[in-house]
Amino acid sequence: MIDGVGVYDIVAVATIVFFVGVFGFLTRKNLISLLISIELMLNAVVVNFVAFNKYLYPGRLDGYIFSLFVIAVAAAEVALAIALIIALYRLDNSIEADDMDSLQG
Amino acid sequence: MGERLLFYLLAGLMVLFSVLAVSTTRVIRAAVYLLFVMILMAGFYFMMGYNFLAGVQLMVYSGGIAVLIVIAVLLVHHIEHRVERLSAFEYLWKGAVVLAGMVLTLVSLRQFSFRRLEGAEHATVADVGERLLATGRGGYILPFEVISVLLLAVMVAAIVIAKGESENARNHD
Repeated sequence: MIDGVGVYDIVAVATIVFFVGVFGFLTRKNLISLLISIELMLNAVVVNFVAFNKYLYPGRLDGYIFSLFVIAVAAAEVALAIALIIALYRLDNSIEADDMDSLQG
Repeated sequence: MGERLLFYLLAGLMVLFSVLAVSTTRVIRAAVYLLFVMILMAGFYFMMGYNFLAGVQLMVYSGGIAVLIVIAVLLVHHIEHRVERLSAFEYLWKGAVVLAGMVLTLVSLRQFSFRRLEGAEHATVADVGERLLATGRGGYILPFEVISVLLLAVMVAAIVIAKGESENARNHD
């Protein structure tokens, strides 16, 4: 536990970073920038898990283990997303989200 | 006092770098700001005493994901490439919506009274390892194995997706 810092402070910082990620997701048009915004959101959620585990349930490890799982799934997600981005770039020579309409009739 | 100061320093830098990551027009810079945010979060985990988790965060996020994103940027963009910006009006209303959501969440968090469940803390790496591989009540062996299979499947899928097109092109020639 951090001296003089309550659970609210940590969760508040995580909330701000999460909503900055949401803002990025809404305003960006570039696929890699969207991926970066998603990573910001995921990171903020992991901080929440860890803070709740540390401050509210110190006798248990569930938050700790869930954050490990979230990190592993996020790594898998990024690897797959980047493979898709590279494949789409080969197809269209662009990674702007507005150009991704090849499945439209 | 010192720890508190360090916490607010890390928090301020984290908010600053995350805002920069979503507002800069150069994608490569956004990736590097994301890397900074991840490193600062590892600092949080170190301060909370979860050293193993901080190490995982540094290795997987900073060492793996951030580098992967940088490589992707370099593969598909020129290094000086700038993304196009939206109109000021769109920034304004999207920012207002996000700000409203943030304030709502912060206010409702402030009003919620967190209750601490007392218990002896045991969060050494050995405890985490035993808990991950426990088969009984509260054990996490099943999600652990599912994630192992998921990672393998994703690795195969990433290779197939990223190189499939060129393989086809070669067959047609």
